[in-house]
Amino acid sequence: MTARALINVPAKARRGEIIEIKTLIAHPMETGFRVGLNGALIPRDIITTFRCTYNGEEIFRAEFSPAIAANPFLTFFTVATATGTIAFQWEGDDGFSAAESAPITVE
Amino acid sequence: MLRTLFFTSWRGNAIFAIAMLAATLPVFATEIPLADRRSDYEFMGAQTRAMQDDDSANPGMLGVLDGEALWNRRDGAAGKSCADCHNDARSSMKGVAARYPAYSPAQGRPIDLEARINQCRTDEQKATPMKFESKELLGLTAYLALQSRGMPIDVAADARTQPFIAAGREIFNRRQGQINMSCAQCHDDNWGQKLAGAPVPQGHPNGYPVYRLEWQSLGSLQRRLRNCMSGMRAEPYAYGAIENVDLELYLMWRARGLKMEAPAVRP
Repeated sequence: MTARALINVPAKARRGEIIEIKTLIAHPMETGFRVGLNGALIPRDIITTFRCTYNGEEIFRAEFSPAIAANPFLTFFTVATATGTIAFQWEGDDGFSAAESAPITVE
Repeated sequence: MLRTLFFTSWRGNAIFAIAMLAATLPVFATEIPLADRRSDYEFMGAQTRAMQDDDSANPGMLGVLDGEALWNRRDGAAGKSCADCHNDARSSMKGVAARYPAYSPAQGRPIDLEARINQCRTDEQKATPMKFESKELLGLTAYLALQSRGMPIDVAADARTQPFIAAGREIFNRRQGQINMSCAQCHDDNWGQKLAGAPVPQGHPNGYPVYRLEWQSLGSLQRRLRNCMSGMRAEPYAYGAIENVDLELYLMWRARGLKMEAPAVRP
């Protein structure tokens, strides 16, 4: 199953308006510090990087740590500058990679 | 007095018992009056409430996405999907979760929504039942429960289900475990007080499966009940045990009329 993600970007905005972007992705964020039922350490499995681009230009980036809860939720603001696409990318341990995008119309 | 009358008549005169069962169950002295019942949502902090209110912030909705995909996926030897029989869940499953646990003639007793899903899987899809607390079963249950969001809980309390509601209530009121407590001592007698700094809610099941922050995942009502039992240092009933289902049914009856919130967020 591919990672489920929910993103919330306003479909329309006025030029220059400050908009809120919300992202939520399904991920266990296994810390690497927990011990399993067999007594062995459960290997770390976290998202390490999140990037958001607006028409190809990076507008937000985050580096994740093991202390971040499962199914990380991120919200941030940007200025609506042009009609186009806001794209999201998550990368993590064990080759984890997920991508989503949302269109935005700026008037 | 009324209570004694009910139980003795239930064992004794069958006709009188049916007449009694057709009426409502007698109310225990300590039970919360209908008008005072409040969803556990109202005992949560503002931030947790905000998380539940926004579907793009509620991690339970990720499970709903899994459930929606499973609803449309063909599976088992019969090669059927849920949608092949039930079509669009948004109309066919509306209000269903608010009526479960419901009486199953095949089992001769009430079964919960998870068991009902697995019954469909084995009988109709000819597939293996999903495991309790698996991502699949939680996702599908959450997807179905979402279709009842905002609808009042309305489990059947009739001649067939009332003995099981009564059995659930007996467990709810029974002292058990090493610290010799009953569910009712917290959730009927002391709701609104604090337990180690956290508010004691009334313990209504109107948001299950819930995304519990402590679990960092979706979880079923049975998981929550087992959790409370180990907190009471009692032996939890196994997943699928009839005692758990009786308790689920009693809790739903006790919360009758409260609005469904699934998938709710709980601390």
